[in-house]
Amino acid sequence: MTAQTDMDPTPLDFDEAMERFDPVFGIEVHVELNTKTKMFCSCPTTFGAPPNTAVCPVCLGLPGSMPVVNHKAIESAIRLGLALHCSIAPSSRFARKQYFYPDVSKDYQISQYDEPIDADGYLDVTLADGSIFRVQIERAHMEEDAAKNTHIGGTGHIQGAAYSLVDYNRCGTPLIEIVTRPVEGTGAHVAEVARAYVAGLRDLVIALGISDARMDRGSIRADVNLSLRPKAAPGEDQSTVPLGRRSETKNVNSLRAIEQAIRFEAGRQAARLAAGLTVKQETRMWHEESKDTTPGRSKETAEDYRYFPEPDLLPVVPDPAWIEELRGTLPEPPAQRRARLQKEWGYSDLEMRDVVNAGAIDLVEQTVAAGVTAAAARKWWMGELARTANEQGVELVELTVTPQDIAELEQLIAGGKLNDKLARQALAGTLQGEGSPAHVMEARGLAVVSDDSALTKAVDDALAANPDIVEKIKGGKVKAAGAIVGAVMKATRGQADAGRVRELIMERVGV
Amino acid sequence: MSPVAAPTNETGDLTRLSAARMSELLAAKEVSSRELVQAHLDRIDRVDGAVHAFLRTMPEQAFEAADAVDRARAKGEALGPLAGVPVAVKDVLATNGTVTTCGSKILENWTPVYDATVIEKLRAVGTPLIGKTNMDEFAMGSSTEHSAYGATHNPWDLDRIPGGSGGGSAAAVGAFEAPLALGSDTGGSIRQPASVTGTVGTKPTYGGVSRYGLVAMASSLDQVGPVARGVLDAALLHAAIGGHDPHDSTSLDEPVPDVVAAAKLGAARDLKGVRVGIVGQLRGEGFQQGVLDRYAEALGLLEDMGAEVSVVDCPSFEYALGAYYLIMPSEASSNLARFDAMRYGIRVAPESGPATVETVMGATREAGFGDEVKRRIILGTYALSAGYYDAYYGSAQKVRTLVQADFRAAFEKVDVLVSPTTPTTAFKLGEKLDDPLQMYLSDVATIPANLAGTPGISVPIGLADGLPVGLQVLAPARADEWCYRLGAAVEAALEDQWGGPLLNQAPALPEGTASAAKPVSGTEGGAR
Amino acid sequence: MSVLSRDEVAHLAHLARISLTDQELDLMATQLDAVVDAVAVVQSAVTADTPATSHPLPLTNGWREDVVQPGLSNEAALSSAPREEAGQFRVPQILGEEP
Repeated sequence: MTAQTDMDPTPLDFDEAMERFDPVFGIEVHVELNTKTKMFCSCPTTFGAPPNTAVCPVCLGLPGSMPVVNHKAIESAIRLGLALHCSIAPSSRFARKQYFYPDVSKDYQISQYDEPIDADGYLDVTLADGSIFRVQIERAHMEEDAAKNTHIGGTGHIQGAAYSLVDYNRCGTPLIEIVTRPVEGTGAHVAEVARAYVAGLRDLVIALGISDARMDRGSIRADVNLSLRPKAAPGEDQSTVPLGRRSETKNVNSLRAIEQAIRFEAGRQAARLAAGLTVKQETRMWHEESKDTTPGRSKETAEDYRYFPEPDLLPVVPDPAWIEELRGTLPEPPAQRRARLQKEWGYSDLEMRDVVNAGAIDLVEQTVAAGVTAAAARKWWMGELARTANEQGVELVELTVTPQDIAELEQLIAGGKLNDKLARQALAGTLQGEGSPAHVMEARGLAVVSDDSALTKAVDDALAANPDIVEKIKGGKVKAAGAIVGAVMKATRGQADAGRVRELIMERVGV
Repeated sequence: MSPVAAPTNETGDLTRLSAARMSELLAAKEVSSRELVQAHLDRIDRVDGAVHAFLRTMPEQAFEAADAVDRARAKGEALGPLAGVPVAVKDVLATNGTVTTCGSKILENWTPVYDATVIEKLRAVGTPLIGKTNMDEFAMGSSTEHSAYGATHNPWDLDRIPGGSGGGSAAAVGAFEAPLALGSDTGGSIRQPASVTGTVGTKPTYGGVSRYGLVAMASSLDQVGPVARGVLDAALLHAAIGGHDPHDSTSLDEPVPDVVAAAKLGAARDLKGVRVGIVGQLRGEGFQQGVLDRYAEALGLLEDMGAEVSVVDCPSFEYALGAYYLIMPSEASSNLARFDAMRYGIRVAPESGPATVETVMGATREAGFGDEVKRRIILGTYALSAGYYDAYYGSAQKVRTLVQADFRAAFEKVDVLVSPTTPTTAFKLGEKLDDPLQMYLSDVATIPANLAGTPGISVPIGLADGLPVGLQVLAPARADEWCYRLGAAVEAALEDQWGGPLLNQAPALPEGTASAAKPVSGTEGGAR
Repeated sequence: MSVLSRDEVAHLAHLARISLTDQELDLMATQLDAVVDAVAVVQSAVTADTPATSHPLPLTNGWREDVVQPGLSNEAALSSAPREEAGQFRVPQILGEEP
C-alpha cells in the first residue's frame, strides 16, 4: 500500500501543468576552473591523463599534508563575482564539509560555507522573444572537486557493482559553485529561462576565460531544483503564495537536458499535486537516455556535514585595489556584446540566435576580422560546417577548420579560382585534415578551368552530342543552353567557369 | 692546549654531552658524527628495553647522514651548528621511507612517500635522524599509555608515566638515548613530558615552525617544537626547524626570533627590569604541594636575578580546559576521518555482513583506533553536529577569544607569564587510565598557550619526592626569545645550586633488557 | 542529568564511521557524558555577543601561485594502498550515491 502511494501518477502535459501551477526553480552550477594547478596543491589539472598520475600528498589526503590556496582560483572567483554583479566579501573563509566517501580523499571537502567570496548578484538572460529576464544570484563560492570512481562488475553502475576503482587525478580541481535565489515569475517560460541562465553563465565564463566550459566533459554541471505552487487567485499577488516542496535533480549536464528535466519534473510534480498527493523533498537523478528523473537512494539519516572553519587555511582578504584592478579586466558582458555584434553584422534576430546557439559567435567574429563579409561568414559556419559538426557530434570550435581557412576560401572564390561547388570540396578536404583550402585546391587539382581552348573543345563536344538543343537555342530558347552548360560541367568534373562556358556556347552557336 | 677538551677526559660518555657541546667537539673534529650516532644507538640498545622510548631506530639512515657530514667537515665545508648531532623524531612526523605510525595500529604499515618540512630541514643541515619515538596514539593523551605499541616509562621511575603525548621524545632525551628530539604540542604534549622527565621542551609560537608533514590532531592548536636537556640545546634545534614554509599557509612569513642569542643572554642570569607575571589562576587548587614549593623557590630565584614579579589575573583560563576539550576533539574528529582504509593504513573487513565501503570503514576504524582516540572523535563529532555546534564548538571558540584577550591584557603589564608546567609530578602508569577527566587535568596549565598561539617553554626547577618539577614560561606570540632568556636564566641559577644538570641526579637505568624498538635497515619503501 | 544518551553515542559513532561494540557503547556513553558535563562550563563563560575565534593568530591570505610542481609517481601514490588495480585504488562496493 505504501509503495502504491509513493508511485508517481502519469506526468501531466507540461502546458497543462503550467496552466494549473506556478513554477519556482533554482539552479546550482558547478564550474571547473581552467587554472594550471588544483585548488589546494600544485598538481596539474588534467583531463584524460593515466589514473593517479596527477596526484601529490595533498590531493591524496596523505596524513600530515596541508592545503594551500591557489591564488589564480581566487582571482577567477573574484572576476566571476564582479561579472555577476556580486559584492566581493572583504573577508571570506573556507570550511570543511564532512562526509565519508572514497572519492573525497580527506573524507571532508574544503568548501566555502557561511562566508562565500561572492554574494548577491544577478545575471540577465535573453529569451527567444527578445525579452530579458533577471536571475538573482545568492552566492558563488570556491571549493574542490572530488575524485573519479569507476564501478566494476554488475552493470557498471554504482548499484550492483562488485567494487570500485578510484582515480584521484580530478580530486582537488578548483570549482566555483554559483547558486541562484529561487527564481519566480517565469510561468510557462520556466524551462527556457533555466536553460538560458546556464547558457548565459557558460558564455560568461568563456568570455572571462576562467573555464573550458565543456558541459560534455563535466566542466559545467548543474543541479536543478523545482517546486510548484497553486496559481494565485485573480487579484492575488502570486509571490504571496507559499512555495511548494521542491525536488533537486542532479546529473543535468547539457543545456537541452536542463530544459527537459524541468519540463519532466514540472509534469511529474503537477500530476502528484493534481492527484492530491504531496511532492517529496528529495534528490532525484536525471537520466539522459529515458529523459526522466528517478529518486536518489534515500538516506536513513539526514545529512549532518558538521561544517566548521578550515583551520589549515587563512581567511581570504583581497586587497580592494586588487579587486578594482580585476574589475578593469572584465570582458564586455556577453549580452551586450551580442547586441553590438548583431548590429555590426546586420543579422536578423533569428540569424543571430542561431549563431549564438551554435556557439559560433567567436568564430564568426574572427572570420569577419579576417576580412570575410558577415553574410559569408554566417553562410559557412551555420551551413556546411554546422552540418558537419552536428554529424560528428562535436562543437564547431573542435573542427579542424579555422576562421583563417574561411577567409582563404572566400579569397579563392573572389579571385575566380574556385566556384561554390569547388569551394565546398576544398573545405571538405580541410575538414579531413588535408590542410588549408588553398593547399587542398592544389593537391586535389580543384581549380576552376577557364582556359578557352580546353573549354571550347568541351563545348564543341557537348554541342555535337546535342544537335536538338542547338536547334532550340538557335530558335531563341536561350534557357535551353543550361543543359549544355550542365554537360560541360559534368565533363570537366565541375571545374569549368560556368559563366565563361555560357559565353562560349553562345559564340559557337552564333546567337 | 686546545680549548676543546677530548670527550673522554670530560665525561667518559658521549651521550652525556649537551648538543651544544657535541656541536663544539664536532666542529673541532674531536669527535665524529659517526661516533655520536654509534654511542646513542648503543645506549638505546642498553636501556630502551626498560624505557621504551623508541618505536623504530634508523641506524642505516643515521650512519649515512653522519658519514656525509663527517666527509663534508673533512673537506672544510661550512656546516650548521647541529650538523652531525643526532636527533630523535616523534612518530607523528612523516619520514619518507620510514614507517610512521603515530602510535596507532591503523597506521602500522604506513610508509610515507614524503618528508615533513621539519624533517627535510634537519636532513638538509645534516642531523642524523636516529629513530622514531613513542607517543600517545595520534598525540591524544598525557601519559604515552595510549600508544598501540605499549607505554613508555619515565627514566626517573620506570613505574611512572613520562608524560604525553610526546613521552617517547622526552624519555629518549632524559635517558640519554638522544641529545635532541622533535615533539609536537597541541595542549602541552612537549611541555608536560618535559616537566615530568626533568627535560626542556618548547612549544614555539603557532606558525613559527611548519606543520606540513605533522600528522594533524588539532590543526589550530598543533605546533612542532624541540625537546632537549638544556635551554641552549632546545634553542639550537628550534632555530634549525623554524621559519616560513610555503606548504603551510598558517606558518609565519617572518624571521625566526633569535632564540639562540636569547638563551646565551639568559645564561648571564641578569633579569634586571624584566617583568614576570604569575598567572593567578594557575597556582592553587589541584596543584601538588611539592610542585608549588619548587615553583615558589623558582619565583624567588627570578626576583634574586632582578626580575619584577607580580600576580596577573587571567580569569578566562578557568574555562580554557573546557574550550580545549571541545576544539581539539572537534578538529581531531575531522583530521582523523581520512583514516578510512581506502588509500593507506590497514583495512579490516566487518565480522559479519557484506563488505561495503561503509562497513569496511567502520570495522577498520573500530579495530585500528584505541579507546582514547574513539572517545575524542565521538566527542568532536558531537560538538560539531547539527543542533549542538553553537553550544559546544561555538562557545569554545568564544572562550578562545577571551583567552587571547587575557593574554593580550597580561602582556601589556608583563614581559612573560609563569606557572608550574603541570599540577603534579609524574603519576603512576595506569593510575588515570580509566578516568579520562583526571587525565585531561594534567594539561590545565599548558592549554591556554595553545588556544592563543603563544610560545611556552618548560624548564626543570627541581624535584618533589624525587620526581622532576617544571616551570613554564609563556611569552607573547612571536616573542619566543623571552621563553629562552628566562628559561636559561633559571637553568643557570639552579644548575649552579645543583652542581650540574638536574638529570645528573636521576637514578641509573637498568641495562640489558632487549629494546622493543625495531631497527629499520635503509628505508621501508617511500619515494624520492 | 545525562546530556549524552547511549543512542546518541551510537548515532555519533555511525556518523564517525566507528563500529563500536555494545560494550564500548555503554562505557563510552558514561565516560563522554561526564566529559560533556565538564566541558559545558564554556557556555557560562560567554555571551551571544562574544566573537568566536577559529585561529590562534589573526593572519590572512596564505596562498601560492598557479605553477605546476612535480607530484608523486603512480607507484608512489599507490605504495601504501590496501588494494590496487590498474593504477587505481581498489575499494569495496559503494552503497549509496555521493552525498
